[in-house]
Amino acid sequence: MSKTFSIGGIHPRDNKFSKDKPIENFPIPKRVFISMNQHLGMPAVPVVKKGDSVKVGQLIAEPAGFVSAPVHASVSGIVADVAPYPDFIGKKVLTVVIDTEGDQWLEGIDRSPQIRSEITDTPQEIFKKISALGIVGLGGAAFPTHVKLTPLEGMKPEYLILNGAECEPYLTSDYRLILEHGQEVLTGGEMMRRVLGNDVMGIIGIENNKPKAIAVMKKLTSGFLQWKVVPLKKRYPQGGEKQLIDAVLGRKVPSFALPVSTGAIVQNVGTAFAVYEAVQKNKPLISNVLTVTCSDLSIQKNYRFRNGTPIREILTAAGAMEKDGTLSAPFAKVVNGGPMMGKSVANLDGPVMKSTSGLVLFTEEETKRKEPGECIRCSKCFQACPMRLQPYLLYQLALAGNTEELEANRVFDCIECGCCLYSCPAYLPLLDQIRLAKNVSLKNKRK
Amino acid sequence: MDKLLVSPAPHLHSKDSTRRIMRDVIIALIPAVLVSVYFAGLSALLVIIVSVTGCVLVEHLIARYLMKKRTTVYDLSAVVTGLILALNLPASSPWWMVLIGCVVAIGIAKMTFGGLGHNLFNPALVARVFLLISFPVQMTNWSVTNSIFRPDRWELPKGLLGAQGQLLDAASGATPLGIIKEGLANGLTMETLSQQHDFSYWHMLFGRIDGSLGEASVVAILLGFAYLLIRKVIKPVIPLSIIVTVAVFAGILWLIDPSMNADPLFHLLTGGLLLGAVFMATDYTTSPMSPLGMLIFGIGIGIITMIIRIWGVYPEGVSFAILFMNAVVPLLNKIKPLPYQKEVSRG
Amino acid sequence: MTFTLLYTILSLSLLGGLLAVILFIVAQKFKVQEDPRIDQVLEVLPGANCGGCGFAGCRAFAEHYVNNPEATDIFCPVGGNPVMKLAAQVLDREVQEQMPKLAVLRCNGSCGASERLNIYDGSSVCAVAADLYGGETGCSYGCLGMGDCVNACVFDAIYIDPQTCLPVVVEDKCTSCGACVKACPRLILELRPKGPKSRRIYVACANKDKGAVTRKVCSVGCIGCKLCVKACEFEAVTVTDNLAYIDPDKCRLCRKCVAVCPTGCILEINFPPKKQKTENE
Repeated sequence: MSKTFSIGGIHPRDNKFSKDKPIENFPIPKRVFISMNQHLGMPAVPVVKKGDSVKVGQLIAEPAGFVSAPVHASVSGIVADVAPYPDFIGKKVLTVVIDTEGDQWLEGIDRSPQIRSEITDTPQEIFKKISALGIVGLGGAAFPTHVKLTPLEGMKPEYLILNGAECEPYLTSDYRLILEHGQEVLTGGEMMRRVLGNDVMGIIGIENNKPKAIAVMKKLTSGFLQWKVVPLKKRYPQGGEKQLIDAVLGRKVPSFALPVSTGAIVQNVGTAFAVYEAVQKNKPLISNVLTVTCSDLSIQKNYRFRNGTPIREILTAAGAMEKDGTLSAPFAKVVNGGPMMGKSVANLDGPVMKSTSGLVLFTEEETKRKEPGECIRCSKCFQACPMRLQPYLLYQLALAGNTEELEANRVFDCIECGCCLYSCPAYLPLLDQIRLAKNVSLKNKRK
Repeated sequence: MDKLLVSPAPHLHSKDSTRRIMRDVIIALIPAVLVSVYFAGLSALLVIIVSVTGCVLVEHLIARYLMKKRTTVYDLSAVVTGLILALNLPASSPWWMVLIGCVVAIGIAKMTFGGLGHNLFNPALVARVFLLISFPVQMTNWSVTNSIFRPDRWELPKGLLGAQGQLLDAASGATPLGIIKEGLANGLTMETLSQQHDFSYWHMLFGRIDGSLGEASVVAILLGFAYLLIRKVIKPVIPLSIIVTVAVFAGILWLIDPSMNADPLFHLLTGGLLLGAVFMATDYTTSPMSPLGMLIFGIGIGIITMIIRIWGVYPEGVSFAILFMNAVVPLLNKIKPLPYQKEVSRG
Repeated sequence: MTFTLLYTILSLSLLGGLLAVILFIVAQKFKVQEDPRIDQVLEVLPGANCGGCGFAGCRAFAEHYVNNPEATDIFCPVGGNPVMKLAAQVLDREVQEQMPKLAVLRCNGSCGASERLNIYDGSSVCAVAADLYGGETGCSYGCLGMGDCVNACVFDAIYIDPQTCLPVVVEDKCTSCGACVKACPRLILELRPKGPKSRRIYVACANKDKGAVTRKVCSVGCIGCKLCVKACEFEAVTVTDNLAYIDPDKCRLCRKCVAVCPTGCILEINFPPKKQKTENE
């Protein structure tokens, strides 16, 4: 019997059509737009200026504080501009634009495909490399990894959970990564485990709709006492940090507390791979794997892309664009990330970023919202909420702007997984309003 | 597409809709409707047709001309109300009485509060109780004299089930609950009553019992219940808590004095208990949202039903019990779910 | 029979008397001592409870006004000077007159002026859209047009013009309470003095991009060319972050900036037609 989390959740069709497509290297784009705001926390501060020539892997922006991460050049060439450019949602973000010239890598970066599973660095060295080479969480939120690995006072981690749940429908990038680079992922995980402490137990959580990935990781971990694989029953949002800890360990993260307070730290398998590359190959986080997919099977790709590649180029290569620069016929929406939590792309010229895990194409019919009706108090949202909130109540409070009551009803526990909106038979924009209320309350608090 | 669609996450929907839910409820009601038509004949069909058309029409007129908005009949909730109202009426109901019921159900109990999702009380039940108080004679006349199929149709189940009893007295047409209420009040015991009347559980299960349309067959209602559960339209909490409460309540009384109290199975199978528990107490809008609230709601209905059945004036109390508990729902909805942290369990 | 009647009358009267005494005692005990002037001030206030003054409602305003004789910045924007004069009379105070104000929209990017690049498909609330992305046009500063300001206005003074897709402030109804200014997630509504004879000039744009970028996405955006700065004789116009702003205190309504603006994003309101230009000012 596979494990799963205990409260709420939904079962959308997984639609992982691209799971048998091997990862291809995406060609180096002519021009990259590297955003300074690719991670949670303070935006990075550029250290290059217009006209500088840079090599692949060169530092182009320094972290601005502890909760921040450095950014490295993903191509070699000349810096064309350092200015605000619209990102994929059309908002202006300070961006370093590089015109590509050749593919010159910085010295010291090991580009050979040979797998180095032997760990020679001390935990301190590993930690230093993780923070210097710009590793961030690749599960979606892009939280700087070194911050997560820094021990907090009074909280001793007991478990490191590698998140291979990939509960978002459509996405297959983590799955392909485990299949093709399982050894590297495990090595990266082992390195993070050593940073946290030698007595920490490593667990890999994978949903049982990916039996091949479970088999691969089980085989690789068979010799290790400190590692085990936990198959999980398919259910969304299993990959949410709090849900994963619940599913794997049966421990619930208290409201307002950090997940580490239960003794568990969650890292994505993509992050583990990035850690491997950073420590063993000296390679900063300049590339990641993304899935380009749609439900009519015409476009199914898994690409390893360079950070800052314009979305338009990726879609053109995948065959989703017309010659006149518009999206091909049936498609109406591009989602950056998974369909449940990803953001829709408003500007096709915007770049993909470190933590981009997929570009999902939808037709209007699949994704267009229906007109909202009246709440019939069916409590389906309440049953679906994995944080045991009352979305219908929060929605009404948000409409009334009742900040006090919202907080009393734990609006900040909301993980924005979208289960409420997904299951609402009246098509009410529950999450829209709740998310807005959260943002407004946060802003008011900062004041 | 030259223009991109942009919307906040999530970008997928379960395709569940109010209309689909209502359609499922209608499908679940079909067995009960068929059984009632089978046993009570054309007159039952007439009541159902008048009730459904009446409810839809009233809702359409009010939405369109009084509230001046787009008509709301396409969500099918008026059809459900109409069906449930019809199942709560005797087959001999005159058409005008059914129509009055529709106006009360939709016009007063539903639309005055703002329509679907805003009503405090179950519309069909409000109408039933209104009619019961206003037209007590018509509402308790269980005879189905105007059924044209009747004499032929009644032969089949009789032979099929091999029942010993003859037809219930169609002229007086008392329901089993009515019979024991009156009988016990007149100093008779359960034993003599069951000798005089046919209380066969087979008949109650398959529909040879006089009463309002929906009270006819327990099996038909259980079929609908199973369908609703399979389609995940309702959670089993409310119906089960009502049934268990009634069984326990009746069981205790029966153990104390079997001669003066009917056994629990009798209470479960007669009257509108199952119809109410499955289709009316589970109405989304007028039932609580949290599991604990649902449990309290169900237990409350069970207890009040039994109190009315045993000590009340009316032989049957399900409708009153549900209406009463409807009024408590806003209070029950104040029950907050346990926060995540209350369940911290380490190691 | 008579006894029954007598009993009934007696017991009811007794009960009534008793309750009256209890009520009286309770009322005395919990009596709130309040300055009677608060009610007098409240009477002259408009009673809209809009919160435009910064207080929770008219009553809170009146309390604050009565209790703070020194404070000079208390002003009811809805009632304006006449109401403030009346309120000051009640308390025998001087009132600081303020110029009547009005909300103006610092965006002119109507449906025709800027191309729509995508279709928004979320809940029809500006704040949700503003959190989500840059906007339907390439301009990430302009009006989103879903009417958060319309919903915020308790005076029905704003409506969305279907032709331009932009909100329109109805001059006669706007009381400058500022609710729309707070509601707008893009911060493009501004309270500006109504001006003499309701005449006023302002920059109807909030785009801080460089000129070339602005021009690409909107035909009526401010490109920061500074021609207006040069044209102005009173130093009323400043350009910061590629965006011009006219200081209403310095502006003398000469309309020279309007004439030189290449994109026409400086609006003149309620001026007579151009021919009589020399007669004004």
